[in-house]
Amino acid sequence: MFALGNLLLVIVATVLFAVLAPIAGCLLAGLDRIISARMQGRVGPPLLQPYYDVRKLLAKEDVSVSGVDGVYMTCALVFTAFAGGIFFAGDNLLMSAFIITMASLFFIMAAYSSRSPFAELGAGRETLQVMAYEPMVLLMAVCFFMAAHTFMVDGVLDLERPIIATTLPAFLGFLFILTIKLRKSPFDIAMSHHAHQEIVRGTITEMSGRTLAKVEVMHWCENILFLGWVAMFFVWSNPASIVLAVIVALAIWFLEIFIDNNFARVKWQTMLNSSWLVALVFGGVNVIFLAFV
Amino acid sequence: MGYSSKSPWVIHYDASSCNGCDIEVLAALCPGFDVERFGIINTGDPKHADIFLVTGSVNERNIDIIKQIYDQMVEPKVVVACGICACSGGIFHDCYNVIGGVDKAIPVDVYAPGCAVRPEAIIDAVVQGIAVLDQKAEALKAMKKGA
Repeated sequence: MFALGNLLLVIVATVLFAVLAPIAGCLLAGLDRIISARMQGRVGPPLLQPYYDVRKLLAKEDVSVSGVDGVYMTCALVFTAFAGGIFFAGDNLLMSAFIITMASLFFIMAAYSSRSPFAELGAGRETLQVMAYEPMVLLMAVCFFMAAHTFMVDGVLDLERPIIATTLPAFLGFLFILTIKLRKSPFDIAMSHHAHQEIVRGTITEMSGRTLAKVEVMHWCENILFLGWVAMFFVWSNPASIVLAVIVALAIWFLEIFIDNNFARVKWQTMLNSSWLVALVFGGVNVIFLAFV
Repeated sequence: MGYSSKSPWVIHYDASSCNGCDIEVLAALCPGFDVERFGIINTGDPKHADIFLVTGSVNERNIDIIKQIYDQMVEPKVVVACGICACSGGIFHDCYNVIGGVDKAIPVDVYAPGCAVRPEAIIDAVVQGIAVLDQKAEALKAMKKGA
């Protein structure tokens, strides 16, 4: 299972992911802003606006207050790329899920390191978000294992039908927490994309310039990875299914933008309770179903 | 044009404005004028902002706040005084508590007079501010290379 060939494949995939995911993620983020603007009756920025933003941030003066937040964010970026590499190399799904959580933890530590009350509040809320989505992510992986009889993502390529055929509840549950993972409203409690909120910018309040640019790039990569997880449900031995999976992932992306634009933020209690309830009901029902089928 | 001019994020502070200019600043962000077309975003965080829009005159109570917001902003940065009160104190210039325009507290790059300042004037001022921002970005780059 941990053959040298696999390891090499993961490393190559990690490098490729680190190069390609920011490009695709940047375009998606630009599209997100245009679609959001259209939903609000505006024209919106150019497609490459997220790229311009990051280029500008890279040119800003370095005024980091902690001295280590930049290092933590670099770690978060590296772990995000690694999680993406593991997933897109067709390797262990569970490992990918754990490594991306590791990236979240580094992001949280970067926020805590500034000692700013707003950033600390944001970091606390980000921790709650991790607590909220992690049970469902694990149950999703368990359902994946029970349906595909392996944790290896490339296992879906040997199946005669996509795993969505037996994991629909887990998929729906995953869609629910996907909104938290993509940091979209109603669950963007740790750092909203909009000005005038009670904790300034939450986790990223004290981050500026280069460090903030790293946060942006990390979000692009995360988005691609999570859409990859969505796509995974729709792939089976037929090569044409990959096209279907990409279309479904893009449709889900559009749905997330729609939700983002139409829902107000909830309190953290509602987020935690609802996501654990969803994990228990949708994930639990699916596990029981798969155990008896 | 550098990248600074393609993504000027603004932060807005209401010094002691009557809210006329503030409403116009927000109007510029709404669908009618939609300044996000030019990459302009209204941020609530001075550390993320490139352009500081101040409305209203400076008085004894808010001069420290204006200075603090300005100091927290990261170079390169530009200040735009929006409305006649922010430019010179306006009709409040001889009030006992009013010190004057924003330039009494921090260096101002662009003045946009008006009562209330029109969204078109704000957009024009920001566009002029963008040119200053680009110059400052170039200067910072040259300084970094020299260092």
